[in-house]
Amino acid sequence: MIRRGGAGRRRLPLLLVVAGAAVFCVLAVSGMGQGLVYYRTPTELAGRAADPAHRLRVAGLVLPGSVREDGGTLRFQLTDGVTRVDVVHRGERAPLFRAGQGAVAEGSLGADGLFHSDRLMLKHSDEYRAQAP
Amino acid sequence: MANSGTTRARSGQAQRTGRPERTERALGAGAGAAALVALVLGLAVAPPDALQGQPQRLMYVHVPAAWTAYAAFAVVLAAGAAHLLGRPPFWDRLARAAAELGAGMTALALALGVLWGRPVWGVWWTWDPRIVSTAAMLLVYLACLGVRAWPADPRAGARAAAVTGIAGFGVVPVVHFSVLWWPALHQPPSVLRPAGAVPVDPPMLAALAVGVVAFLLAGAWVVTRRVRALDVRPTVPVRVPAGAPAHHGERVPAGSAW
Repeated sequence: MIRRGGAGRRRLPLLLVVAGAAVFCVLAVSGMGQGLVYYRTPTELAGRAADPAHRLRVAGLVLPGSVREDGGTLRFQLTDGVTRVDVVHRGERAPLFRAGQGAVAEGSLGADGLFHSDRLMLKHSDEYRAQAP
Repeated sequence: MANSGTTRARSGQAQRTGRPERTERALGAGAGAAALVALVLGLAVAPPDALQGQPQRLMYVHVPAAWTAYAAFAVVLAAGAAHLLGRPPFWDRLARAAAELGAGMTALALALGVLWGRPVWGVWWTWDPRIVSTAAMLLVYLACLGVRAWPADPRAGARAAAVTGIAGFGVVPVVHFSVLWWPALHQPPSVLRPAGAVPVDPPMLAALAVGVVAFLLAGAWVVTRRVRALDVRPTVPVRVPAGAPAHHGERVPAGSAW
């Protein structure tokens, strides 16, 4: 079908780009989440009904004093300054995760009212500072 | 027409080397010098970030790569418009060379972001709006390069590439403002931002600034060389003979070209 030096050879690069773009669009739309919103705030999450089958992300500041390690489970609260959400995380966590920092948890809102996360990412600000001496 | 690419170097000194070569050498030497300074500033002078530690130093190459990709797209836009307006073939070659550089720089920014994401965010990849739009920018660049070969007629291919580049430039503001327009994991801009002081310690900002200069100079150097390599047939006389009056005005002298 593709002849050397013919139209197929000339058109193959763009066809590959278009095919790659189509696959990328499908992955990006499903990966970003419902309504193409990457994360919800704890306040937005508060109005939602529990749906363990629906994956989403919630982001906020890790409330100082709320972090508890319990075996392989990490419990903490995320806050947007208005609402707090209780997060139960199992699995690997961002190495720099700590109280007072921003974090994004990926998982689902359980029937127990807790956010069950299995992917935990550090969200950091636009500040770059040297370590205080 | 003939003076478009010839009056860039200002010196009137007659030298053995032509002006394009001298411009290239100056760009290459400047890029090398800036890269050396950036290495020292980025690896030795700038302190590690209080939160991120050593991986933060990737910023000194990640951000320059991304900004060079933006700048290359601006060149693609301007040169593509010049080509559609019937300017000399130089502009089409410039648009093509800039698109090649931009695709490489976008891929580099993505790759460095992946390397940085794992130790800082905790994940290699996530479908964050900044990452998604940057990957989209790479696809637009690749489409811009791929569409050129689609028509059998190279002139039609050049026009298609110009139109794709001009329309595709719309992705640049989307990439840059994605972190302000939508909820994102990627941090908002620290330097190219709407308002407010830059929240970056001065030694870090200096390393970033020199890194940006090094990348832009190296990019200009690569593009200049590539434009010359694409110019397989010298279609316009590029040397002004010694002693001949150089063209300085924008207008071609009456009677010479019409």
